[in-house]
Amino acid sequence: MKNYKRSQNIAFFCLFLATLLIVIPVGLIIVIIIQKGLPAINWQFLTDIPRQGMRGGGIFPAILGTLYLVLGAIIFALPIGLLAAIYLSEYSKENFLNRMVKLAIVNLAGVPSVVYGLFGLALFVIFFKFGASILSGSLTLGIMILPLIITASREALESVPQSFREVSLSLGASKWQTIRHIVLPNAIPGILTGTILGLGRAAGETAPILFTVAAFYLPQLPHSIFDQVMALPYHLYVISTQVPNVDEKIRYGTALVLLVLVLFMNLVAIIIRYKFRKKKKW
Amino acid sequence: MVKLELHDLNIWFGAVQALKAVNLEIQANEILSVIGPSNSGKTTFLRMLDRLNELQPNFKMTGVVELERQDIRAIDIEELRRRIGMVFALPLPLPLSILENVAYGVRMHGERRKNKLEARAEEALKQAYLWDEVKDRLDESAFKLSGGQQQRLCIARALAVGPEVILFDEPCSGLDPISTAKVEDAMLELKKKYTIVLVTNNVKQAARVGDRTAFFLSGELVEMDKTEKIFTAPADARTDGYIRGKFG
Repeated sequence: MKNYKRSQNIAFFCLFLATLLIVIPVGLIIVIIIQKGLPAINWQFLTDIPRQGMRGGGIFPAILGTLYLVLGAIIFALPIGLLAAIYLSEYSKENFLNRMVKLAIVNLAGVPSVVYGLFGLALFVIFFKFGASILSGSLTLGIMILPLIITASREALESVPQSFREVSLSLGASKWQTIRHIVLPNAIPGILTGTILGLGRAAGETAPILFTVAAFYLPQLPHSIFDQVMALPYHLYVISTQVPNVDEKIRYGTALVLLVLVLFMNLVAIIIRYKFRKKKKW
Repeated sequence: MVKLELHDLNIWFGAVQALKAVNLEIQANEILSVIGPSNSGKTTFLRMLDRLNELQPNFKMTGVVELERQDIRAIDIEELRRRIGMVFALPLPLPLSILENVAYGVRMHGERRKNKLEARAEEALKQAYLWDEVKDRLDESAFKLSGGQQQRLCIARALAVGPEVILFDEPCSGLDPISTAKVEDAMLELKKKYTIVLVTNNVKQAARVGDRTAFFLSGELVEMDKTEKIFTAPADARTDGYIRGKFG
């Protein structure tokens, strides 16, 4: 066999192997969690409060708590992140201050999540006296996902061709009209991608909610944004390490619910993005 | 009547000087053709007239540009761009429907009534000789049109705003000869109502449609005169060399 053919085959094999190695752990995680968790899933598990010291009953308060927290984080982070991204990509001039802002955003993305938790405790829980509450937790998660949303939104805005802006301006539209009617509508799919990533991260993180909102055991539903809630990732941690003799299927069932919740939220965002992409005419 | 005037205009992009001490005036209702090799500054000259150069961060200028004896920097920038329209080198429809493309500028200026917008769009499309080809498909994406149709759509879009001057930046560089002829016909017709500045790489096109022709080289205005004069007896040897195809 000719030499270049052999090296081509080796290269192909290596690339294929690497790809396969990515698929295997993902597949295994999903298979194991479904296999061990599915038997726990029933109507009571999804809608009842935890009972018998969290060894029985359901996980409804934790599901609801996670939904509230994710929703709160997005309500807070999406508008601020989007507005900041518009400023940074459309208005800011290249200077020292703006380079510092951009650097700060990149670094914010690299801060460990437990540090956000501590920061949220100091600022929202203690300084602003929100207490351990949905509000504190949402704000902490919101700050954590801000860099994701800003970075993705900026990339989306900057990928709209410069020529569209010039055409719009040349027709006498103002800069803001250009952004509002031409740039933003064409950047929405990319902005949603950032939001999807943020959603998934906010739903799954334990450390930022540990000090700011998550309740160890709270068998009732919150009445206001100043109440504590249970949340799925923290509940999973609690029943896996802090409470003895919890049935394995309850632990895996909780993990499965968390997984499905995140996938479902992603799916919604992907469908919205797909709708916008189809409308895209270039 | 003098429509546009440039006094001692210098433009830099960073350290590179794109225009050097250009003085010229453009008469109302004429077609001024602007020719010259690449990097001669002719597009910079054109984009100066509706202040698009300023979008570049390292842009710098000295001198004055006047529209009807008023410094263009003293005119509200949106109003200036309404009075001076631009047709770009490549057909650049916005990602909207055909109708929305033509109505876009008018809508941005505050017209909300649907029937008014549609009437304006129809009028502009007729002026650009496109109406008959698109009247049954106004709600389709503008990207479904052919290249030549898209460029005429861009002309209609510029016209709908009601400009006084229309700037063409090599409008036929991506078009076949038949589409080019249609765009040129539209220009000759438009001259009756508008002042036209046509930047072109195609020397023959300049000769066909221009009342007067300006020749730029390395940022300098070498010569500007009646088109017949430029093409039969140019004053400058460099002009002669360029139109005979000796360089460029």
